[in-house]
Amino acid sequence: MAAFEPSEEQQMFIEAARKFASKELRQHAREADEHGDLAGTVLAGGWELGLLQASIPEQYGGFGERSAMTGVLAAEELAWGDLSAALALSAPNLVAFPVLLCGNDDQKAQILPHFCSDAYAPASAALIEPRFDFDSTALKTTATRSNGDFVLSGAKCNVPFAAEAEWMIAYAALDGKTEAFLVKKGTGGVTVKDREQNMGMKAVPLYSVDFHECRIPASQRLGGDRGTDFALLLNCSRAALAAMAVGVARGAYEYALDYAKNRQAFGEAIAQRQSIAFMLAEMFVDIEAARLMIWETAWLLDEGRDATRAACLAKNFADEMALMVTDRAVQILGGHGYIRDYPVEMWLRNARGFAVMEGIAIV
Amino acid sequence: MIDFETPAEIGKRLEFVRRVACEKMRPQARHYDEHEHEVPWDFINLMWDTALKTGQSFRSGAQRPDQGPSVASTALVHIIESLSWGDAGIYLCGPGAGLGGAAIEATGTKEQKERFLARYREGKPKWASMAMTEPHCGSDTAAIRTTAVRDGDHWVLNGEKIFVTSGHKSLIDSEGLSVIWATIDPSAGRAGIKPFVVEAGTPGLKVTKLEHKMGIRASDTASLVLEDCRIPLDNLLGSAEVVDRTKGFKGAMATFDATRPSVAASALGIARASIELLKDLLAQEGITIRYQAPRNLLSAIERDVVDMEAQLRAGWLLTLKAAWLMDQRRPNTVEASACKVKAGDVVTKVTQKAVELMGPLGYSRKLLLEKWMRDAKINDLFEGTGQINRLIIARRLLGYSSAQLK
Repeated sequence: MAAFEPSEEQQMFIEAARKFASKELRQHAREADEHGDLAGTVLAGGWELGLLQASIPEQYGGFGERSAMTGVLAAEELAWGDLSAALALSAPNLVAFPVLLCGNDDQKAQILPHFCSDAYAPASAALIEPRFDFDSTALKTTATRSNGDFVLSGAKCNVPFAAEAEWMIAYAALDGKTEAFLVKKGTGGVTVKDREQNMGMKAVPLYSVDFHECRIPASQRLGGDRGTDFALLLNCSRAALAAMAVGVARGAYEYALDYAKNRQAFGEAIAQRQSIAFMLAEMFVDIEAARLMIWETAWLLDEGRDATRAACLAKNFADEMALMVTDRAVQILGGHGYIRDYPVEMWLRNARGFAVMEGIAIV
Repeated sequence: MIDFETPAEIGKRLEFVRRVACEKMRPQARHYDEHEHEVPWDFINLMWDTALKTGQSFRSGAQRPDQGPSVASTALVHIIESLSWGDAGIYLCGPGAGLGGAAIEATGTKEQKERFLARYREGKPKWASMAMTEPHCGSDTAAIRTTAVRDGDHWVLNGEKIFVTSGHKSLIDSEGLSVIWATIDPSAGRAGIKPFVVEAGTPGLKVTKLEHKMGIRASDTASLVLEDCRIPLDNLLGSAEVVDRTKGFKGAMATFDATRPSVAASALGIARASIELLKDLLAQEGITIRYQAPRNLLSAIERDVVDMEAQLRAGWLLTLKAAWLMDQRRPNTVEASACKVKAGDVVTKVTQKAVELMGPLGYSRKLLLEKWMRDAKINDLFEGTGQINRLIIARRLLGYSSAQLK
């Protein structure tokens, strides 16, 4: 039976995430962006929300079940506070969720308890490659079989927490198909290089990583011989990033609306002019639509149905929407929008990243 | 709990509607486009007979006022979307209480609803139209000049109405009615505007013209002239005795809350038809859409199609939400305008893009793509232009009155 709003329980969850984002994330966002660093207290505070533990079954040390819907609800709220912080806080998901979704029993038992401790512990995913024609379904990084092991070779970029993470999932083409491999910190043949210098998302540490004849035991291939349902992981990733795009856009929309009601020109608030008011109306409509498309994708994922098309459409729509909305927010603030004293230019820089980034978040 | 499952009881009705769209509408689409004002009686009789047999009109999401949540509006937008996929012009000819019925549902008393709507459950096919627009005013509905003056036990109506969808069918082709918006006090602005029911055959009401249009040519768009048209006192919807000066225009707005999701659904049916045909034609040329590929690696055509599909889905989910809110008996003014804005934009752009992508084939009348582009545009115009709906949304978002945001 259709319903287009959260249940009471879901709403309480949203409120908790919103309160945290409002009190803890938003105020640190600019400083974090300027210094390329997130305050440790932010990550510790975010971990106390217990989002990931609530997604891991009791037998592995958690206290709940993973739900893509809960994931996208959280992702929107956290990204509303600060995109970099949202990415950092959900970085442990990058290993935990693929293991939950595609791992075998041994891998679950080995990996998942690691994410149920009281302290935040980042994890990492090496998917993106430094090429204009990067395609996650046709990777240039290769995995080849060698004496019962797998050997990984190739170059990756935009790898979150590559230097800090205890566990990373490296994605590589095995027989032309994208497969995932669990890589422990310190594995030979993995070189973590410089921190990426990107236009936005600056406070979340992203690195270039080289794999040079990196030997991975067969037991660390995600899913064992069965392998990985990469299409599923990609859909979950698209839902997560699209939800974050909505969060960023909603923040920019709210800020611009507030500004437009207060900024006077020609003797009245600029929001009283249709050129401004209509922009705000269109921003609102597309934010609403994107959110519904993401919820539909998450619902399909939780129902165990194919979400490939829905995820594609939601991601494409949300990426474009976030760019449109944040650009207009800058436009509504006029010259002030371009000044770093205001947050909207940061949100525009952050929003541009969504269409480029794949696999740096997952629900 | 967020849930996108289509209610099961809608499925069965949709099966029938989809078959009608496929077999009875789509094959006739070009004929009625090229024979403007010819009435598609086969379709009309089929839909009317089916509605009588099942007790469920496909033109009205009428809800019993004393009942709780239902799926009536949700069912309606699904049905309208499917019928418009068949043909939007023929869909608009569908018999039933339709637009006029929505006004009666939104503003009438229990007695009036029974008196005026019972006819749509029996006898021969009938229509109900709604007359708002006048030659000098469209979006500015407060500027209506048609007057209603009380004379003993009657209201006397004088004025001219244009762009009345199914005006001819409701007043000439059937024993239907039209809801006429008129002012009882021109100095009172919005507050003086009230809905009046004028039944077919009432002396003083004439259908003077049928418009020739860019698209939806099967649908009649009529001009009405009211000359000392006398109607009973209790044909004023709401209350005949106590004239509440605050309620009149709100009734018009409540009507639009109900009808805008229906217009959005019709628009999106056309958009879906265009996208489906486009994808079929592309597939014949060996072009399929790679939903997993990154956006920057899609071909120009693939990217256009992905965008068209994404925009369609955006519009459709907004429409479902607006209908769902109605079914929950909750306010949906912003959502109704939001889905109408989006659907009007989407269908206009999607159908124009489909013509472009098919090149000379798209422009040719051998295919329906060019017709759908012509049909599409009305959805950004009637039942509130895109601009008026943006205004309604913006006022709500900003907390502005119509004086603060003009």
